[in-house]
Amino acid sequence: MSAPVLFDVPGPKAKARIRIGTVIGVLVVLGLIGIVLLRLDGNGQLDPARWAILFDPGSGVPQALGQALVRTLQVAVVAMVASTLLGVLLAVGRLSEHRFVRIPVTTLIEFFRSIPLLVVIFALYFVLPRFGIELSAFAALAVGLTLYNMAVLAEIFRAGILSVDKGQREAALALGMRKTQVMTLVLLPQATRRMLPVLIAQIVVLLKDTSLGFIIGYFELLRQARSLVEFLNFNFGNIYTLQIYVGAGLMYILINVLISQIAKLVEKRTRSNSKTAAVGAIDLPNAPVTTGNNSGL
Amino acid sequence: MQFFTDNFDVLLKAFLTTLSMSLLAGVLALVLGTLLAAMRVSPIAPLRGLATFYVELFRNTPLTVVFFFVIFGLPQIDTVVGFFPGAVIAVGTYTAAFVAEAIRSGINSVSAGQAEASRALGLTFGQSLREIVLPQAFRTVVPPLGSVFIAMVKNTSIAAGFSVTELSSTLPRLVNADAGALLLVLLGVVVGYMIITLPMAFAVNRLERRVAILR
Repeated sequence: MSAPVLFDVPGPKAKARIRIGTVIGVLVVLGLIGIVLLRLDGNGQLDPARWAILFDPGSGVPQALGQALVRTLQVAVVAMVASTLLGVLLAVGRLSEHRFVRIPVTTLIEFFRSIPLLVVIFALYFVLPRFGIELSAFAALAVGLTLYNMAVLAEIFRAGILSVDKGQREAALALGMRKTQVMTLVLLPQATRRMLPVLIAQIVVLLKDTSLGFIIGYFELLRQARSLVEFLNFNFGNIYTLQIYVGAGLMYILINVLISQIAKLVEKRTRSNSKTAAVGAIDLPNAPVTTGNNSGL
Repeated sequence: MQFFTDNFDVLLKAFLTTLSMSLLAGVLALVLGTLLAAMRVSPIAPLRGLATFYVELFRNTPLTVVFFFVIFGLPQIDTVVGFFPGAVIAVGTYTAAFVAEAIRSGINSVSAGQAEASRALGLTFGQSLREIVLPQAFRTVVPPLGSVFIAMVKNTSIAAGFSVTELSSTLPRLVNADAGALLLVLLGVVVGYMIITLPMAFAVNRLERRVAILR
């Protein structure tokens, strides 16, 4: 509901009030930007020469950040593919009619959703070696991301499967299909199509979480930015810190905004697609609140 | 076991750090998030734009990057914050974007007829927002808001990478313990988080049932 529903079309007095509010609002926003710019300028941070380092191939900075971005994307792709496959399996397992499948799978999903991802990664990176299993930083990060996201994706798939109209399943069973066939031929294709926007949105979450590699020393975008800053500070003094961080931050933001927009686009197309007609509105937050996710945090 | 009891104090202190960080960041996120949500439905365009920009910016930035800017970036504009206050600011400002989205979706979920009816009855903007829309919005927002805050508690773990001795950071610090002891520490950390999140989930469920409205 946007503002117009909440109040009548503004009359002359209300219009004047809104105009005054707009002017004050603009002034406040400009003032905030001004203060930040002034303080940045006071420290010489706005000097174009400082920002040029982000684009100067001679400094090696763009190459280093580019390679780091590739390493970030590598982890993300590996984790996304693995967690999607495992997520589907777990979702089907959680919907199983057999208690000996359902209960362990539910426990597994809830366990990984309820503890912080960083704890999982720490457990893989610091605790496992004590039991003779050495994982590289890449492997620890990829496996950690997979374990966490497979649990989240399992819940997404489950919500999707449950949202397919009951008649679809009943009709398929009446046609003599086996339970596996009903799942793979009837329910999953429809559920996946409907869940596509949510799945794409989850990529953003996963991509954001790869930055945890910074903490265990995997040379992804952020760790690379930090080490560049340390190197440059050592050689030239503390003059490029902000620039490098802004550069790395912008790379994340640009990619994520792009993916978010794709998700929105796909959602719009799904809504007007007749192939998803049998799928009801999905109430995603219906996943138990015990652990809380799906909010993209 | 001996090792575990010896280090129980370390774990307890870390647990309390996580708890206080969660509480402070939660208050910050709630206040800032509500403000942002109000800005997003206000009739004043620049405020709407600012709030939208804020929410989109923070939702697409990793929390680790937010930490970076608070801990390493703010000193560049002559504002130095300690690690703990920095962590609270980072987690709070980041979560505020998600709180704002949750509240806004709650306001959106109140059917337009409700607002139209209240206007038809002659209620002013403030009255219809206060008496009709917000009470209903608050009820629908309880579960998603609960999820946001539970996720926030888990997110405080990232402070471990920025010299805050909270719960997760006990693992790398006690890493030289023998295998069995380290496993116990891991168990302690997991249980520590659950001590905070499980009662929260329970409270959210209770509250949701109590304020639920049938439509």
